[in-house]
Amino acid sequence: MANKATREGYGDGLCALAKVRPDLVVLDADLSAATKTCIFKKEYPDRHFNCGIAESNMMGVAAGIASTGKLVFASSFAMFAAGRAYEIVRNSIAYPKLNVKIGATHAGISVGEDGATHQCCEDIALMRAIPGMTIINPADYVEAKAAVLAMAEYEGPTYLRFGRLAVPIYNDEETYKFEVGKGITVRDGSDITIIATGLMVAEAMEAAETLASEGINARVVNIHTIKPIDREIIVKAARETKKIVTVEEHSTIGGLGSAVCDVVLEEYPTTVVKLGIEDVFGHSGAAKDLLREYGLCAENIVNVVKKTLKK
Amino acid sequence: MDKSLVRDLEIAAAKVRIGIIEGVHSAKAGHPGGSLSCADLLTYLYLHRLNVDPADPKMESRDRMVLSKGHAAPALYAVLALRGFFSMEEMKTLRKIDSRMQGHPDSLKIPGVDASTGSLGQGISAACGMAFSGKLSDESYKVYTLLGDGELQEGEVWEAAMFAAHYQLDNLVAVVDNNNMQIDGKIADVMSPYPIDQKFEAFGWHTITINGHDFNEMEKAFDDAERVVQRPTVIIMKTTKGKGVFYMENALEWHGKAPNDEEYEVAMKELTAHLAELEG
Repeated sequence: MANKATREGYGDGLCALAKVRPDLVVLDADLSAATKTCIFKKEYPDRHFNCGIAESNMMGVAAGIASTGKLVFASSFAMFAAGRAYEIVRNSIAYPKLNVKIGATHAGISVGEDGATHQCCEDIALMRAIPGMTIINPADYVEAKAAVLAMAEYEGPTYLRFGRLAVPIYNDEETYKFEVGKGITVRDGSDITIIATGLMVAEAMEAAETLASEGINARVVNIHTIKPIDREIIVKAARETKKIVTVEEHSTIGGLGSAVCDVVLEEYPTTVVKLGIEDVFGHSGAAKDLLREYGLCAENIVNVVKKTLKK
Repeated sequence: MDKSLVRDLEIAAAKVRIGIIEGVHSAKAGHPGGSLSCADLLTYLYLHRLNVDPADPKMESRDRMVLSKGHAAPALYAVLALRGFFSMEEMKTLRKIDSRMQGHPDSLKIPGVDASTGSLGQGISAACGMAFSGKLSDESYKVYTLLGDGELQEGEVWEAAMFAAHYQLDNLVAVVDNNNMQIDGKIADVMSPYPIDQKFEAFGWHTITINGHDFNEMEKAFDDAERVVQRPTVIIMKTTKGKGVFYMENALEWHGKAPNDEEYEVAMKELTAHLAELEG
């Protein structure tokens, strides 16, 4: 499998989107080389605008542009898009239900060397709490690009989360179809379900492969849309496999795991074990090493699944 | 400006002030001081300057007005009512549980409101976005935004000021309601934003200072702003907080407090007498 970062999918997705939405406007806050909106800028220099290092104003400007009917993407690192500009996203964008798409890259611990100040593991929790906010966390380059393109026909405030790290492309660009709010069973199984999101989907698939060689039949579900979440696929997993392990590159407080627990508790109470960042700040290091340290790798998923099955 | 027009605007502003007091008294909450200080400006904009249509509040070619100092909602609502967007009677439902007249402007609920505001510093950014979008697609509409002077303490205002100048938004006019007061005291004591004109000038804006209760000065300033090219304009208007109700004028306690029944009667007596005098 070739490796490519989901943020590359963001940049390429914007170019594809511009072909069907000539009203597309892309904003960035001095990070276009990193967020990959530079790809779009190169192709559409008259539709890409820098707002400088001023994320709060960028979100407000995006709200104003959206109010005039144009499709607008505001791009920055997750830390600044969801963190610094949180209240502007809430009050200026989400409260008036404006059609602003937030392209948040460099999410999670895999930011790596920049360290804790830039490793945003709270963004999903923050965005989930905002009424009407859609949250999309693509698993690979193909899904990321398709998610961006899907925004051509998806109205309303949406937070799209992308990673810095190059990860395996497991979807086929020719056949892949993105549907907002629909989880995907990427591997069927009956003993347990691993529900993963974003960069953790590939790790979960690798873990399932290892588990299979040991006689454990794990189902793997990719939840690319964390809100609104696919209740059906989660309830089905709870019913059919009883036990669930969630995996995310995000805090275990308020992210995918919490969202899955909400559904399971309401509809089919069963065991859910949450794997993610356990209420700590990260630190500098290579992305792969950090992911291993925090247990966000296939090897640890295998361990957690085995422990969960013994519960 | 034509004398009869000035008189018409004065009469309208007097009615707006009555609407503000009606609303705030009925709600038993709200911000009368900062609503009264900008009542003249909003009256001027909606009844004379802005291209808006109450029959088509979302008209694409309309001028936009973003009330960045969202707590002056009673003034905005009273002006919108007078302009025909809804009935002045609705002022009495201000802040009530079953009313669309929210404590702060809500663009989804209230016809004529262009942006949901109330959290200070955010409206000017939205106004920048509207003006920017207008430039992008070569629209002829203008964008106006009204800020409080205390609001200038929000950092986002200056991010927006930088943005507007950088993108040469000459279709944007910001107005600062310089009534010298904020909740905790005089703005100069709490956290001085002065000199306001020099700050905006340094950010690349065209600046004009006027008396915010004088329609002739408003007319001149907005005409001047229209002639400016490649730069946004800020109009700093000197105003009196609580203007029109003698016991509220320059009195800090009336920033965010509603008059009781007795105080309401006193205010209404003064305002209706003033209106009768203008109409007489």
